[in-house]
Amino acid sequence: MSAPPSPALPSLAAPRGARDRVVPALAAACAFLIVAMLGIILGMVGIGGWERLSWEFLTTAPRNGMSEGGIFPAIFGTSFLVLVMTVAVIPLGVTTAIWLHEYARPGALRTRAIRLAVHNLAGVPSIVFGLFGLGFFVHFVGGGLDEFLYGGQPVYGKPGILWAALTMALLTLPVVIVATEEALRAVPDDHRRASLALGATRLQTVLRVVLPQAVPGILTGGILAVSRGAGEVAPILFTGAAYYLPRLPTRVNDQFMHMGYHVYVLATQSPDVEKTRPLLFATVLALLALTFLLNLAAVLLRVRLRRAIRR
Amino acid sequence: MSLATNGIDFGAAVPRAEGGEPGARGPERTHLAAQGVTVRYGRNAAIKGVSLKVPEHRVTALIGPSGCGKSTFLRLFNRMNDGIEGISIEGRVFLYDQDIYARDTDAVALRRRVGMVFQRSTPFPKSIYENVAYGLRIAGVRDRSEIARRIEESLVGAGLWDEVKDRMHDSAMGLSGGQAQRLCIARAMAIRPEIILMDEPASALDPIATARIEDLISSLKSRYTIVIVTHNLQQAARVSDYTAFFYMGELVEFAPTQALFTNPGESRTEEYITGRFG
Repeated sequence: MSAPPSPALPSLAAPRGARDRVVPALAAACAFLIVAMLGIILGMVGIGGWERLSWEFLTTAPRNGMSEGGIFPAIFGTSFLVLVMTVAVIPLGVTTAIWLHEYARPGALRTRAIRLAVHNLAGVPSIVFGLFGLGFFVHFVGGGLDEFLYGGQPVYGKPGILWAALTMALLTLPVVIVATEEALRAVPDDHRRASLALGATRLQTVLRVVLPQAVPGILTGGILAVSRGAGEVAPILFTGAAYYLPRLPTRVNDQFMHMGYHVYVLATQSPDVEKTRPLLFATVLALLALTFLLNLAAVLLRVRLRRAIRR
Repeated sequence: MSLATNGIDFGAAVPRAEGGEPGARGPERTHLAAQGVTVRYGRNAAIKGVSLKVPEHRVTALIGPSGCGKSTFLRLFNRMNDGIEGISIEGRVFLYDQDIYARDTDAVALRRRVGMVFQRSTPFPKSIYENVAYGLRIAGVRDRSEIARRIEESLVGAGLWDEVKDRMHDSAMGLSGGQAQRLCIARAMAIRPEIILMDEPASALDPIATARIEDLISSLKSRYTIVIVTHNLQQAARVSDYTAFFYMGELVEFAPTQALFTNPGESRTEEYITGRFG
C-alpha cells in the first residue's frame, strides 16, 4: 500500500538545524571532561603512589623526618577521629531529622528557622568550622572544664581528638540530617496512618514502623558523613591534628595524626620535598582508597538493606 | 448538656452485652453517634451538621459521590482527622456514652476499641506474623503463646489462615492485593476492637477478591460493629444493614438499606442511586 500524497500535512522529516547537533555534542563533551578529570587525578595518583604503597607503608610510622616509613599513625588517627565523630553526629542528626519530619509542623516559624540553619550550616566554609571549634570547644568548653576540674591545668583546654571530632560532627551534621529526612520521606504515610489506627502512639509508630524502613538511608548518610570527615582537613587544623607524633593517641584529649593533614605536611612542610614525593602520592592513594571504600560500603549496604526490607 | 434531653439514646443505661450472641436479636443499641457534627478544613465545611446513630453489630454503609465527606465522617469515629492542618470539628461524637472528642479522651485508647481498614492495603514491610502481632506488641502483650493464639484467631477470622499458615514468617509484601487487604483486616481484628471502620476496603481489588471481602464483612458483624465507606452502590446494598447517603457534606438520608434502595425517601437519594448524578 502506498501512502497517498498529502501536501497539506507538514513533513515528518523536520529540518534539523545545526543547533540541534551542537548542543548535544557540547553536553557530551562536558560530561566527558568530567570523566577525564577524574581519570587524570586517579591516574596520576595511582601511577605516582602505587610503587610505594605496601603493607609496610600502611602499618609503620614515618621515619627520618618523614622521608621514609609509613603512615600508620595517620590511618589510626583518622579512624579514631571518624569513630568519635560518628558517635556524636548520628544520634544528633537522626533525632533532629525525626523531629523535623515526624513532629514539627512544616509551616511553623520554628521549623523553617531550623531548616534554614541546617542548610546554612552546610554552606559554611570548613575553615570557619575549624576556627569555631578552636574558640568554642577547645577554649570555651575545654578551658572551662580545666578551670573547674583541674584548677587551670591544660587537660581538655588544648587541641585533641574529642574537640576535632565534635567540630567534624558539626560539619557533617547537615549530611546526616538531610539523608535521614530523605529516608523518612520515603516511608509511605499509609504506614504511619495504619500504625496510628492500630492504637500506636506517635513514638511507637516512629520507632517500630518508620525508623526500621529508614535505616538504609540513615546508614548511607552516616557513611557519607564518615567519608567526608575522613577527607576534610581544615576543621581539625586548630582543634587536634598534629604534625608528627611518636606515639599513637590513646585518650580522647590526645592530639592525633590525620591522613589529609599528613598530605599537606608532606607536600609543604617537609625539609626535602623531592624525597617525600613518592610517599605523598602513596598517602593520597591510600586516602582516596579509604574514602572510595567507604562510599562503596554505603552503596552496598543500602542495596542490601533495601532488598531485605522489600523482600 | 444532659444526654437525656437530646432525646437520643446513647445506650448509657444498657449494660454491654457479654456472652451469648450479642446484638443478633433484641433491640439495637447505638454504638457510635454523631450529634450535630460540622467539620471544616479552613473555611470549607466538609461535613455540615450531621447527626447519625450507628447501631451495634450491624453493618452501616456510608455512600455518596466523591468529595461528599463520607471518608472525613468515618475518620471522626477513630479521630484519624486529628492533626490535619486547619481542621476544626464542632458538635459531639460518642462511643456509647463516651464523648470521643472530650478533653480527657485518649486517641490511642479509642483506636484500640475502634479499628480501621484503609482503601489501599498497607501491610508493613515485615513478616505476615509480625504484621498481625504489631497491634498486640504495641499494646504491651508480651506472652508469646497469647500472641500466637490471637494471630491465628485473627487470620482465621479474616479468612486468610489457610493461605498463609505455612509461610507466616515470609514477608507480607509477597501477598496479593486481596490477601494483603485481608491481612490488614486480621491486623485490625487482632487487638479485638468493638468496631471496624472500613474506608473503601475493596475499591482497589479485582471482583473475586472483592467478593471475598464482602463475604468477610457479612461474617464479621456478629462480633463487630462495622461502618463501611463505599462508592460501590451494589456493594452497599449487598453487605450493609443500614445506609447513609451523604451529599455535599450533608446527610441526606439514613435508613435501613433495603428501604433506602427500594423506596428512597428523598429525591436526591433516588437520583443518586438510579445514577442520575454523582
